[in-house]
Amino acid sequence: MDFSNLVIIAISSIFINNFVLARFLGICPFIGVSKKLDSAVGMGMAVIFVMTMASMVTYFIQYYVLVPNDLQYLRTIAFILVIASLVQFIEMFMKKNMPPLYSALGIFLPLITTNCAVLGVAILNIDTVWADGRSYNFIESTWNGFTAGIGFTIALVLMAGIREKLELADLPESFKGLPIAFVTSALIAMAFLGFSGMSIL
Amino acid sequence: MNMTQNLTKGFFKENPVLVLALGLCPALAVTTSITNGLGMGMASTAVLIGSSTLISVIKRFIPSNIRIPIFIVIIASFVTMIDLTLQAFLPELSKSLGLFIPLIVVNCMILGRAEAYASKNSVLKSVVDALGMGIGFTIALVLISAVREFFGTGALYGYPLFQLMGIEGFKGSIMMILPPGGFLTMGLILAFMQWNKQRKEKKKEVK
Repeated sequence: MDFSNLVIIAISSIFINNFVLARFLGICPFIGVSKKLDSAVGMGMAVIFVMTMASMVTYFIQYYVLVPNDLQYLRTIAFILVIASLVQFIEMFMKKNMPPLYSALGIFLPLITTNCAVLGVAILNIDTVWADGRSYNFIESTWNGFTAGIGFTIALVLMAGIREKLELADLPESFKGLPIAFVTSALIAMAFLGFSGMSIL
Repeated sequence: MNMTQNLTKGFFKENPVLVLALGLCPALAVTTSITNGLGMGMASTAVLIGSSTLISVIKRFIPSNIRIPIFIVIIASFVTMIDLTLQAFLPELSKSLGLFIPLIVVNCMILGRAEAYASKNSVLKSVVDALGMGIGFTIALVLISAVREFFGTGALYGYPLFQLMGIEGFKGSIMMILPPGGFLTMGLILAFMQWNKQRKEKKKEVK
C-alpha cells in the first residue's frame, strides 16, 4: 500500500481525467442541474457519496462474487442492479435516520441511478491497471470513487457559477439556454485540457 | 398518428439528442470519427429495438411499482449481448468505443422510450418508434462526428478529403478531436437548431 499511488489517483481523477470535462461521463446532470449554485452543490455532494459507496460495493461484487464464479460477462447487469438498489437503500436509510441530510440530498438521489458517472467509475475501477499490470485494490478503488466525485462536483459548481451570471448576460437569441451552456463547457474543458500536460498514469 | 409519422418523428422533429437532449454522454464522447459515431448509433439502436420490443410484449406482467428495475435489467441484458457480439465480430470498434458500450445501459434515451412509449403501446408501434428514435440518434451522432472528424483530421469516414483533392499539408485542429471540440460542436449545432426553430416561428407570425 503506497501513499503516493493515492496522490496520483487523486490528481488524475480530479484534474487530468476529470469525469465530466475529459471523460464525458455524467453530462446529463452536468447540464441539467447546473442552473443554480446551491442545487449544484447538493447534487455534487450526493454524487460524491454514491460514487464512494458504489466503488466499495462493486469491488466486492467483482472480486468475491463474479471472478470466483467465472461470471465476469455479467458485470454490466450485476453492477447496475447493485447501484440501483444501493441508491434506493441509501435513500430509505437517510429518510429514516438522517432527516436533515435527506432533506438536503434526497431529491437528487433518484437521479443518480441513471447517472453514467457512477456506473462509469465502477467499471473504470476494474478496468484501469497500473504500469505493472496490477488493478486497483480496495482502498484505491474507494479513493478513486471519492476523488472522481470531487472532480465531478468541481466541474458542476464551476458551471453553475458561470450559468448564474449568464442568465443576466445579453446573448444572441439562438444561443440562449442549452447552446451557450455547451459552449461554456467547451471553454472550461479547454482550460482543464491544460492539466493533461502533467499526465502521470 | 400513422406509422410513417411514428417512424420519422424521431429523425428530426423529436430527435433524441438534438431536440430532447437525451443520451448526451455517448453523443459527445465517442464522436471523434464517423466510424465510431455510426457504430455507437447502431449499437444503441439495436439495444433500443430489443428492449422496447420485449418490454412492450411483457408490459402486462410488469408490476408498476418495480417497473424501473425491471426495465434496467432488460436493457442491461441486451447491452451485454451487444457488448459480447461486438467483441467477437468487430474487436476494433469495440476497443475504440470501450467504456461506452456498457454505459449504453444508463443512456437515458433508452430508459426514456421504455417508460414513455413501449410500456404503454402495442408491440408493432413500439418497434417502429424504437427504430425511428434509434435512427434519429444515429443521425445526430453521425452529424456531430462528421463535423469533428472533418475539422479535426481533414477526413470524412476515414477518407482524407484534402489529399484526395490534391491539397497537401493540411493539418487538422486537434482541439476538435479532444473533449472541448465535442462540447463546442454540440453547442453550435444546438444553436443552429434553435435559430432555425425561431426563424420558422417568425415566418408563421408574419403570415
